[in-house]
Amino acid sequence: MSSETKQILTTDGIPLEVSLKKAEKKNKIKAFLLVAPLLLFLVITYIFPIGDMFMRSVDDRMVTNMLPKTFKAMEKWENLDELPPEEVYRGFYEDYKLLAENQQHGKLGQRLNKEKNGFNTITKKLFRQIKRKKIDESASLKEQINKLHKRWRDVEYWQAIKRTAPPYTASKYLKGMDMYFAADGSIAQVDEDRRIHRILWLRTLEIAFFVTLFCFFMGYPIAHLLATLPMKYSNLLMICVLLPFWTSLLVRTASWMILLQQQGIVNDFFVMTGLVADDNRPEMMYNKVGTYVAMTQILLPFMVLPLYSVMKTISPSLMRAGKSLGGTPFVAFWKVYFPLTIPGIGAGCLLVFILAIGYYITPALVGGASGTLISNQIAFHMKTTLDWSFASAMGLMLLTGVLVIYWIYNKLVGVDNIKLG
Amino acid sequence: MSKNPEFVKFDKVDKSYDGKILVVKDLQLDIAEGEFITMLGPSGSGKTTCLMMLAGFETPTHGEILLDGNIISNIPPHKRGIGMVFQNYALFPHMTVYENLAFPLRVRKVEKDEIDKKVDKALSMVSLSGFETRMPAQLSGGQQQRVAVARALVFDPAVVLMDEPLGALDKNLRESMQYEIKHIHESIGVTVVYVTHDQSEALTMSNRIAVFNDGKVQQLSNPAELYEKPVNSFVAEFIGENNTFNGEVVDIDKDKCKVKLANSEILANPISVKSKGEKTTVSLRPERALINPTDKMDNMFTGKIEEVIYHGDHTRVRLNLLGSSEFILKVPNSTSNLELKVSQDINIGWNSTDARALDPK
Repeated sequence: MSSETKQILTTDGIPLEVSLKKAEKKNKIKAFLLVAPLLLFLVITYIFPIGDMFMRSVDDRMVTNMLPKTFKAMEKWENLDELPPEEVYRGFYEDYKLLAENQQHGKLGQRLNKEKNGFNTITKKLFRQIKRKKIDESASLKEQINKLHKRWRDVEYWQAIKRTAPPYTASKYLKGMDMYFAADGSIAQVDEDRRIHRILWLRTLEIAFFVTLFCFFMGYPIAHLLATLPMKYSNLLMICVLLPFWTSLLVRTASWMILLQQQGIVNDFFVMTGLVADDNRPEMMYNKVGTYVAMTQILLPFMVLPLYSVMKTISPSLMRAGKSLGGTPFVAFWKVYFPLTIPGIGAGCLLVFILAIGYYITPALVGGASGTLISNQIAFHMKTTLDWSFASAMGLMLLTGVLVIYWIYNKLVGVDNIKLG
Repeated sequence: MSKNPEFVKFDKVDKSYDGKILVVKDLQLDIAEGEFITMLGPSGSGKTTCLMMLAGFETPTHGEILLDGNIISNIPPHKRGIGMVFQNYALFPHMTVYENLAFPLRVRKVEKDEIDKKVDKALSMVSLSGFETRMPAQLSGGQQQRVAVARALVFDPAVVLMDEPLGALDKNLRESMQYEIKHIHESIGVTVVYVTHDQSEALTMSNRIAVFNDGKVQQLSNPAELYEKPVNSFVAEFIGENNTFNGEVVDIDKDKCKVKLANSEILANPISVKSKGEKTTVSLRPERALINPTDKMDNMFTGKIEEVIYHGDHTRVRLNLLGSSEFILKVPNSTSNLELKVSQDINIGWNSTDARALDPK
C-alpha cells in the first residue's frame, strides 16, 4: 500500500511527495524565521549560560596549566605511598620558579591550600628560598626542598598536588553534598558538625513540599469557587487572586515582614485577643514560619490558575449526574469531580514546587537562619565567597533536581496530563 | 398490576429564581406509573425547571412534589432514586462505559456479580454489548446517548427523567433514537418524564404531552388529541402547522359558529368562544383543506397561488386566500398530481369541524 502511495504523480509527472515538499518549503522557512529570534534568544540567555555554568563548575585547569612539568614528571611516580622521585621535585621547582618570576605563585599557594591545609606556608618558604637564590639547581632538588619544611617530606602533600592534575573535577559537586575526595582518591564524608549543605538541601525540599501542600489546600477551594461562581462575582475574585501577582515581589515580602514581626500587626492582634501574653509574643519571622507564610501567599496564584482553568471545563451536569445516580455529594465529588481536576492539580503542584525549590528573595528576607534555602547559599557563594564554580555546581545540582522531579512526575502522572491553561 | 395514576404528583407548585418572576405557576400535574409523559414547550417555558425540581436540583418555592404518595421536596437528589439523562449526556469522561454504568450500583453497594449482570443487561438493552472497556470519548454521539440512557436505567429507578437528550444528534440518528427509547420504555415499563422543545419528538414518543408556556401547562393530552384538538391558539400554533384567521363571532350555534373576517365570513367549530361579538382566532391544519374538493364542504373559497415549494413527499403551496397571503396547503405527491402554478386560481374547501375557533391571539 505504502509503495503504491509513493508512486502517485501530479499531473506534471512530479512525484506527489516532492511536489508537496516544494509547496510547503516556503511556509517552513517562514515559520522558522518567525521563531528564529526566540530560538536565538533562548540559546544566548539559557543554553549558553547553562553550558558556561557547567564548565565553570568542573573547571580545574588553573593548577594543570601552572604545573605542566610537575604533572608530566608525576606520570613516572609509581609508588604513591612514597615520596615522588627527583624528577617530580625538579619539575615542580622549575614550574614554581617560572610562576614566581611572573608573580603567579600566590595563586597557586592559595589553590593548593584549599586542597590541603598548610600549603601556603611551605610554598611561601620555597618562594623566599628561590628569591634569595639559595637553591642549587645542579644538586638534588629533592633533598634541598625536603629540608625546607617537614611538610615537604610528607607524602600527603605530594598526593594533594597530584589530585589537582586532571583539568576537570567533580569535587565541587561532592562539596555540595558535604563530601570530598580523600587523600587516596576515594569519596569521604565531611565531619558531622560541618554538613551544612545536606541540611539545606533537605530543608529546601521540605519547605517546597509543604508550601506546595499549603497552596493546594488553600488554592483548590478558591479555584472551585472561581469556576462555579457567576461571572460578575468570579471576575472580582479573580482580580483578588491576581492582585498579588501584579505587586512587586519585594513589596509583598516586605509587607509580610511588617505583618509578622514581633511588634507586628499579627502579633498585636494575638495579644489583643488574649491568645498570647504581651511578653511572650511568638516569633513568626526569621524562621521557617515566616518562609512558609510568605511563600505560600506568593505562590498561591500559580496553584489557583491551572486548577481554575481545568475546573472551568468540567460541566456542572457531571456532579448532578453523580448525585442523581445515587452518589452522596462527597462521593460525587471524590469519584467524579476530583479525578477530573487531576491535570490541574499536577500542573499547579509541579509549578509551585519547582518555583519554591529555587526561591530566593523571600526566604532571604523573612527566613532568618533556619528558614533559608539552597538558593540563598548559592547567592552567598556568588556574592560573598566569590567561589563561582561552587555556586555553579550547586545551581546545576538544583537544575538536575528539578529535572528529576519532572521525570518522576512524568512517570507517575504523565506530562500529557498537565494542563496549564 | 394496578398502576398508580398519581405516581408523580406536582401539587400547586410555584417556582421563582429571583423572587420577582414566577417561572412555574401553580403547576398541577399527575403522572401515572409507567407512563411516558413529555413536557413540551419553547425555551424559557419552565419545563426544564419542573424536571430539575423533580430531580431535586431545584426546590419548589411553593407547593409539594409527591413521588408514590411521599413528599420528596426535602429529599436530596441522591436519595430520590430517580434516573436522569442529561442534555449533554454527562458521562464521566474518566471512566469506561462499564464504570459509568457500574457507578450507580457501586454507590448502592451492590455485589460485584450483580453489578456485572445488570451492566450486561443494560448494555444489551441499548445494543452496546462489548463496549464495556471503551471510554466515552471513543464513542459516537449516538453511542454516548445510549450509554447515558443505560446508565439512567441500570439501577432500576422508578422514574427516569430525560432532559432534551437527543438535542445534539443529527436528524436521522435522532429519529432512530426516538424509536429506541420508546421501545425501551415499552419493554421495561418505567415511568419516563421527557423534556423537549421538538414537537415531532414529543408526538412520536409520548403517552401524554404537557405543553408548557409561560410557566403553565397549556394542555395535557395524548398526542393525537393534542394535534387534532388543540384547546387554545398557543397549542395550535406550537404543535404542527397551522393556518389562522382572526375575526369576530357573528353567529354561534351548538357546534358551529360564523366568524366574520375582514371582508368575508367562514364557518368554524366553537371551542373557546361562547357568545356573539367575541374576538377569535380560527385554526385550520393545512392538510385539512382540500383542493377542488369532491365532497360537499361547508367552507368553499377561491384563492390564488403565491408560491409552490417542493418538499419531496409533499408540495407546500402558499395561497392568497380571504385576504391573507400566508395560507399554507400541503399537497401529497401522489401520481395524480395536480398542475400547480404560481398565480393560478384554485378552489379550496374545508369542513367547519376542522376549523377551530380558539381564543384570540
